Amino acid sequence: MRKVLIIGATSAIATAIARLFAQDGDRVFLVARNEEHLKATADDLTVRGASVAGYKSLDVNALDRHKAVLDEAEKALDGIDIALIAHGTLPVQADCERSPGLTAQELQTNAVSTIALLTRLAERMEERRSGRIAVITSVAADRGRQSNYVYGAAKAAVDTFLEGLRQRLHKSGVGVTTIRPGFIDTPMTAGFRKGLLWAKPEAAAKRIHAAIGSGRDVVYVPFFWRWIMLVIRLMPRSLFKRIEL
Amino acid sequence: MTNANAAYRSWGRPQSEAGKRVVRLWWRDQAFPADRPALPFGNGRSYGDSCLAREGALIDLRGLDRFISFDDDTGLLRCEAGVLLSDILAHFVPKGWFLPVTPGTRFVTLGGAIANDVHGKNHHRAGSFGHHVRRLELLRSDGTRIACSPNESADWFAATIGGCGLTGVILWAEIALRRVPGPAMEVDTLRFSGVDEFLELSRASHNSHEYTVAWIDALNPGRDGARGLFFRSNFAADQRPVAAPRPKPGLPFTPPVSLLPKPAVRLFNTATRRWPRRSRQYVHYERSFYPLDAVPNWNRLFGRRGFYQYQCVVPYSAAEAIGELIARVARAGEGSFLSVLKVFGDHKPVGWLSFPRPGLTLALDFPDRGERTLKLLDTLDEITAEAGGAVYPAKDARMDAQTFQRGFPSWRRLEDYRDPAICSDFWRRVAVPQPI
Repeated sequence: MRKVLIIGATSAIATAIARLFAQDGDRVFLVARNEEHLKATADDLTVRGASVAGYKSLDVNALDRHKAVLDEAEKALDGIDIALIAHGTLPVQADCERSPGLTAQELQTNAVSTIALLTRLAERMEERRSGRIAVITSVAADRGRQSNYVYGAAKAAVDTFLEGLRQRLHKSGVGVTTIRPGFIDTPMTAGFRKGLLWAKPEAAAKRIHAAIGSGRDVVYVPFFWRWIMLVIRLMPRSLFKRIEL
Repeated sequence: MTNANAAYRSWGRPQSEAGKRVVRLWWRDQAFPADRPALPFGNGRSYGDSCLAREGALIDLRGLDRFISFDDDTGLLRCEAGVLLSDILAHFVPKGWFLPVTPGTRFVTLGGAIANDVHGKNHHRAGSFGHHVRRLELLRSDGTRIACSPNESADWFAATIGGCGLTGVILWAEIALRRVPGPAMEVDTLRFSGVDEFLELSRASHNSHEYTVAWIDALNPGRDGARGLFFRSNFAADQRPVAAPRPKPGLPFTPPVSLLPKPAVRLFNTATRRWPRRSRQYVHYERSFYPLDAVPNWNRLFGRRGFYQYQCVVPYSAAEAIGELIARVARAGEGSFLSVLKVFGDHKPVGWLSFPRPGLTLALDFPDRGERTLKLLDTLDEITAEAGGAVYPAKDARMDAQTFQRGFPSWRRLEDYRDPAICSDFWRRVAVPQPI
């Protein structure tokens, strides 16, 4: 039985991953913004066999509350084996382009809050010399594209932070898993027209759950995004700046 | 399924998209969508147009897929309406619980099972799905939420069971699971000849077997009117290890024409005659209840034009209508691939629009060959109506308003309880001809 903290637990991907932990009979502590949705998720996981140690509502942008929530989770779980950070928002790029305020807000939610949580979690896990941190970033982190570079920039900040954190924590026996999903059919992407590249959250969750279990460093979800993003990264800038992507 | 691009379609009518737009509900506390007209949509396993709103919006409820609570002592399960029956089985069969009633596919949502008041092979003993629903909650387009049960807002309950999703969005429901000793079933297969012999077998098996059903050879009815195989089964008291069927590859796309040419149908149907007179097998419940689920997208076998299912029920007193229906189908040469015959028990229907009622039910399928097929189905309607029977809305795509209204005389009451924001192509065809 592993002790799992999930932040952003009511997201469709996180819920699907949590169900796989539940199947294994793992113990979970859930954190998300909406209390009502947290309760619904906790009830579901309980019926599915998880032991839900507790849940706590938190707006991740309230950085001053992080410590108290992590304390509560750690106490309820009696130590954290796996911390999964899955919260995030997907802004409309065009809106950000007209509003520095909104852009800053999105960077706050998708980068600053995550980095703040990681700073505290890293300290605790380093001290215990065990555990794994898994964070959902995005394929958007791989290269800025005009269609969503505000979101991409936030995810890239977290992604780069994780690269460094992985190096630092390696010697303490703490693992770091970077998860880069492509298009997943969830409430966050409700406004998009779905094509062939889209995956179901359940399928994404399976891959993420396995990657966490086997201690992978970086995982693309579904797998083919690794190759798509490779091509995108390798594209010469002189060409890249001219295309629509 | 990894591909999220699976379009919204009806199971038997693949040629058109089920709705113009799709809104998804993910949480029970969400508001009723603003689109008008709208139609709740589950997993798209209704065969005809009861799951279509081609000029409107679909409310996709698959996001409401959470369990809410389960009582280990009583088997009472509360879950959201978008939970698939397959999800319930995967979780609860290993714990010794089973669905009180199950249709022939496990890939339907709980909400869909309620909205169509589905039935299974144990109707003669357990009634329909609605008999095991203890309570449910409806979300209406005016924002009201109505919790109802057989004794609480009982009118809403009776309207919603079998109500084709028209009374509001079913958010969650409570159903009573039943105990089973394990996944293994003991299945007897008996060959029979003639409706009388079928009735005799049904009577003889009523008390001894929880599940009964028959497959009919609709191509060669023979002199006795209906030849076929009678299956009767129980969950095995002595559980032996049995394997679940492995899913077959299925069809990745719809072929332009039917892959079920007449000779193949003939061969399949003739095989039923070569069966030993009696046999007994131990099988995994999936083999017994869901043989077609093993082939994902089996509906695509019928090609781009799709197919019609025809299922009707006639009262016991008009049992001879079954022989007449089969004879008519055989004469038309429109072979049905799988023809299923079953006796419904005496249970009083729960819903105003419930299809299962005391009598015999016959289910047939026909590749859509256009006018010819429609003409045959109209003749079958006449025989059914003459016998005082009814045609199953969940499988229908073409019956006329008169046939429907004769078979479901309470339809006007349902119309009074229909949510003004909700309508399906089916309902428009059989009950409200004017546009909404």
